[in-house]
Amino acid sequence: MDTKTLKKETNKTQITERISGSEAIIKCLLAEGVDVLYGYPGGAIMPVYDELYKYQDKIHHVLTRHEQGATHSAQGYARISGKVGVAIATSGPGATNLITGIADAQIDSTPMVCITGQVASHLLGSDAFQETDIVGISTPVTKWNCQITKASEIPEVMAKAFYIAKSGRPGPVLIDITKDAQFEEFDFKYKKCKGVRSYNAIPKLNHNEVEAAAKLINEAKKPMIVWGQGVSLGQAETEFKAVVEKAGIPSAWTILGAGAIPTSHPLNIGMVGMHGNYAPNVLTNECDLLIAIGMRFDDRVTGNLSTYAKQAKVIHFEIDPAEIDKNVKTDVAVLGDAKESLAALLPLLDEKSYPEWHQNFKDLYAIEYEKVIKNDIHPTKEGLTMGEVLKEINSQTKGDAAIVTDVGQHQMIACRYANFNKTRSNITSGGLGTMGFGLPAAIGAKMAAPNREVISISGDGGYQMTIQELGTIFQQKVPVKIVVLNNEFLGMVRQWQQLFFDKRYASTEMTNPDFVAIAKGYFIEAEKVTKREDLKEAVAKMINTDGPYFLEVCVEKEDNVFPMIPTGASVSDVRLE
Amino acid sequence: MEAEKNIYTVSVYTENNIGLLNRISAIFQRRHINIESINSSVSEIEGVSKFTIVVIVTEDQMKKIIGQIEKQVEVIKAYFHTDEGTIYQESCIFKMKSDLLFEERQIQNIIKESNARIVTVNRDFFVIEKSGRKEEIELIYRELSAFGIMQFTRSGRIAVTKDEMKISTMLEAFQA
Ligand SMILES: Cc1ncc(C[n+]2csc(CCOP(=O)(O)OP(=O)(O)O)c2C)c(N)n1
Repeated sequence: MDTKTLKKETNKTQITERISGSEAIIKCLLAEGVDVLYGYPGGAIMPVYDELYKYQDKIHHVLTRHEQGATHSAQGYARISGKVGVAIATSGPGATNLITGIADAQIDSTPMVCITGQVASHLLGSDAFQETDIVGISTPVTKWNCQITKASEIPEVMAKAFYIAKSGRPGPVLIDITKDAQFEEFDFKYKKCKGVRSYNAIPKLNHNEVEAAAKLINEAKKPMIVWGQGVSLGQAETEFKAVVEKAGIPSAWTILGAGAIPTSHPLNIGMVGMHGNYAPNVLTNECDLLIAIGMRFDDRVTGNLSTYAKQAKVIHFEIDPAEIDKNVKTDVAVLGDAKESLAALLPLLDEKSYPEWHQNFKDLYAIEYEKVIKNDIHPTKEGLTMGEVLKEINSQTKGDAAIVTDVGQHQMIACRYANFNKTRSNITSGGLGTMGFGLPAAIGAKMAAPNREVISISGDGGYQMTIQELGTIFQQKVPVKIVVLNNEFLGMVRQWQQLFFDKRYASTEMTNPDFVAIAKGYFIEAEKVTKREDLKEAVAKMINTDGPYFLEVCVEKEDNVFPMIPTGASVSDVRLE
Repeated sequence: MEAEKNIYTVSVYTENNIGLLNRISAIFQRRHINIESINSSVSEIEGVSKFTIVVIVTEDQMKKIIGQIEKQVEVIKAYFHTDEGTIYQESCIFKMKSDLLFEERQIQNIIKESNARIVTVNRDFFVIEKSGRKEEIELIYRELSAFGIMQFTRSGRIAVTKDEMKISTMLEAFQA
């Protein structure tokens, strides 16, 4: 943070002024450095919207087309920038429409503050018009939530909300504010929150644990790192790269870890998990030391736990104590912030390399290339594959674009084949797998990082779950590039039906509208590609267009994503076909 | 190869927060774990509340649940103990027809032998209170039920631990 904004904040803490609760909310947002928020107005939040109108030169409100879109935009904003995303909605249906995005942010540790209006406090519990118990409903999917019924509570609660959302393991916070509290006047004074006594954001680093970890690492013969989003959440990319390079350890990533070191880094051995790369999955069950960094052993990563890395010692670098031994028993747990832990680890490491062990990864990659990758990215069949489209987009953007995906086959293909040069480039719904995430998340990402190319890639199914956000893109003139990989199926579900339900394609076939016409209806330039020879030029045109652009690519209808670890199988039982 | 389940008493020290009970009970509910009893009260520290929760789970489950409870922003600290680690009590009250008190001499004996006490007597009913361990309460319940119980309520377990719980020092450390 630059000193200029800091100074402004300290000035603000001194002044008290008599203002309404709703104006106070805006002042809190400004004090927290919020410049944009996503939302949808309605009765119970109208006083705040009235203030947003007055403060429109200082804070930009983006009217999304659905409150779910507002949360996903706030998430996209947060994921690319590391700042807190903010979403705002009215009571009742406005508030309940936020829930999917909140749950998504909770499971993917995304810092977000959601503000909801609530019926006046004297009506609470009376089944008033548009009253829902949003605090009750959101409790299991928020890091923290709170209802405000008096204006005087606003500054402290808002300060706490931002502190909790972004500190430690980040997450979503919901603040519900009754309408009378929005109207009420009080003496406003803002003080940033620096700590909550019952909440230990970052466990204190224990150097004995770091030393124990270093010892295991230095003694290992076949070590392997699996890193997750904790590296980028902790802004520990530099320290992480230094550790990987000094220790010379082959390193794999979870879907949310992508890009923390570039995909092309020689020690980057690819993605683990259900549709991850062959080598790191198989060799998870051959390494003698598994070093998990800022990841949580999700079942999509581990497959069957009873056959996961049983031969290996396990070190877990983690900020959240509840993750230790939750799924995989560790030999050494290093609790703390990734940046600090890795910086402490670095000087204790021996400089090493493992040419023979590393060669095992290369050998298995060669098998994966022959059996899967080659056909995905250099297909010889007539129809276009998702893989070749991805490769085309990725090579034309030189691996610098942020790719925002939806959920399904295209998501796995994007993670598998995109080259990420930069951290925070793979924005996707990992833990919740929320279809409809992509398009609105891309809006937030582009607005937070206007200088980056942001490309939204969706399937024809998920795209239609939040397709109305084209209206937001049009109204706000957000220059995102929108790609739909149209296989006329709910592809990922169809794949499972093919493999595990004898091709009974129950309700996965899609009869689709004219997507190009729809985009054009929103005055967004659009094109559709059906043939390989047109792909390159179409992608170039998309990238070279200044404003938003829509590109539909019709791909093979019944392609499958491989490798695949079937649910409940071991990571080393990867199917290549 | 099912791991063995035990009775655990969980003590959760918390800020005094409206929604916290909901948050904590949801942690058990999500894992399909029945709460045997739950009690909420003030603690030995001013401004700090305490939940005492009894559950029957495996040790592994218990540790993970404690992790999830402590993760809640307004939880200061959570501990779990086996029965050996705590001194615990439950309390119960019985409402019975007053006639019985005079007609059935047995009842007087039961009250005396089980260290229960009569809280109130009026023309229609009288009320017996008994504190103790669950088995003692179950015993007096069985004995009295032969005479017909009008109403019965048993409290959740309350407990103190044999070991020290360092909440005050933790809170002081924060203040510093
Ligand atoms: C909101 C939601 N509903 C249902 C699902 C289950 N689901 C996972 S992938 C998928 C199919 C996605 O199809 P599409 O968007 O066309 O992408 P494709 O797999 O074809 O790339 C479905 C239905 C989900 N993840 N999210």
